Amino acid sequence: MSRALKVLAAPLIARIEDVGRMVLMFLGALAWLFRPPFRTMNFVHALHFVGVGSLFIVLLTGTFTGAVLALQAQHAFHMFNAESMVGGTVALSLARELGPVLTALMVTARVGSAMATELGTMRVTEQIDALEALAVNPVQYLVTPRLLATTVMMPLLNAAFVFVGMIGAWVVSTVILNGDPGFFMNKVITWSEAADLINGMVKALVFGTIVATVSCYRGFHAGGGARGVGLATTQAVVTSSILIFVGDYFLTLAMY
Amino acid sequence: MPDPILTVRDVRKSFGEYEVLKGVDLDVAEGRITVIIGGSGSGKTVLVKLMIGLLTPTGGEIVVDGERLAGLQGQALTRLRSKFGMVFQQAALFDSMTVYENVAFPLVERRVPRREIPARVANQLRVLGLQGAERKFPAELSGGMRKRVGLARAAILNPKIMIYDEPTTGLDPVTTRQVDEMILEAQEKFHVTSIVISHDMASAFRIADYVAFVYEGRIAAYGAAADIVRSENPRVQEFLRSSGVSIDAALASKGGGAA
Repeated sequence: MSRALKVLAAPLIARIEDVGRMVLMFLGALAWLFRPPFRTMNFVHALHFVGVGSLFIVLLTGTFTGAVLALQAQHAFHMFNAESMVGGTVALSLARELGPVLTALMVTARVGSAMATELGTMRVTEQIDALEALAVNPVQYLVTPRLLATTVMMPLLNAAFVFVGMIGAWVVSTVILNGDPGFFMNKVITWSEAADLINGMVKALVFGTIVATVSCYRGFHAGGGARGVGLATTQAVVTSSILIFVGDYFLTLAMY
Repeated sequence: MPDPILTVRDVRKSFGEYEVLKGVDLDVAEGRITVIIGGSGSGKTVLVKLMIGLLTPTGGEIVVDGERLAGLQGQALTRLRSKFGMVFQQAALFDSMTVYENVAFPLVERRVPRREIPARVANQLRVLGLQGAERKFPAELSGGMRKRVGLARAAILNPKIMIYDEPTTGLDPVTTRQVDEMILEAQEKFHVTSIVISHDMASAFRIADYVAFVYEGRIAAYGAAADIVRSENPRVQEFLRSSGVSIDAALASKGGGAA
């Protein structure tokens, strides 16, 4: 009986252990933020990779998200003659929800997968073991700069997403669909508050931490050659995406 | 046998319920080449990862150069690891760095003055016959050259003990010979203690002063290379026979094993 229970509980215990190790790696990476040697160049490279490297896809997806939101909102509000509400609706949607969530998903797809693959390859080719053998802490060298860079860059990318999203919405609403620019801007200003943008930035910051931690953890513990690296990358993207949606719900619950 | 620089006493290591090492005892002689041989999955790599502190033993004691490994953390563990240089099976070169950057990496990490680094790296590359490869990336190197770069990186901080993990695995016979010669040369040039993990019997006996035979998580036989060949241990004899190589010829090329 106890053996059967053990077999049944094993996957659950393994998953709990997995989460525990991930949290420990996160705390370890945090602790290394305050202890020398500081990996300034690794951090700058990570900032460039996460921030500058992701800017184009974030701007592209942000523009079209704002544009399509305005398009849908215009059609919907037209049914009861309330087209003036398009600007405010899009502003709130982007700042509170779509900005942070979609930015995080794009960064997960581009940056999270790359981190998991890079660290996974380093693991299976013993490069991480080589770091340890050379008395270099691999969490400090590899994880801490990536974690910090993603956490710092995600809110900034979110701000860029929301900004271009509003431009996309404004163009669709006023230039293409001939809406009134005055009404558009009036509702944006009267409905949205600084808190909406700040809450969105906080969400993005949390999502940045989640994406970097999960992706680095999965890559760091990859095993089994090329297949293992592929699996680690898939797990990094899927786990990060799920945690972004679940985390978004609880953050929204806490904020509003 | 010379005094041991590294002592392993009743070391055990388990992964979950699977016990890989079941009580290993080994003395590694200072200034000599000790080859640890054994079949796949016998626990050889686990044993050296325990020696260098990459893994923690489930039980037993490891003493390196008079210092107990158990409980060492942070700076103390870093200091102890600096006594080792490790050449990995696939060389484990950092693939985003050039040969120069790989070899300079340990110096940069130990905060050696920047102006000294180019000369030390150039000297190391010259000693190991790697001149001209400075700007190449690991992907552009042959298997033998990768091993040499791995050795250059591992030896640049003048470690007391060099560890080679399966240095000839996957190499053709000519490159295998070159790697064997590289290990013997390194022994001579850097005056180190070498620990080589191998299941390539001909290669092992060509370079070994002492041989430790690992079988099912224990040291089944240990002694001078020539004595191991004459061992009556049936496991050792079976392993030697099944390797299908002329151990006598290999020993002769080394010069008969350790005194």
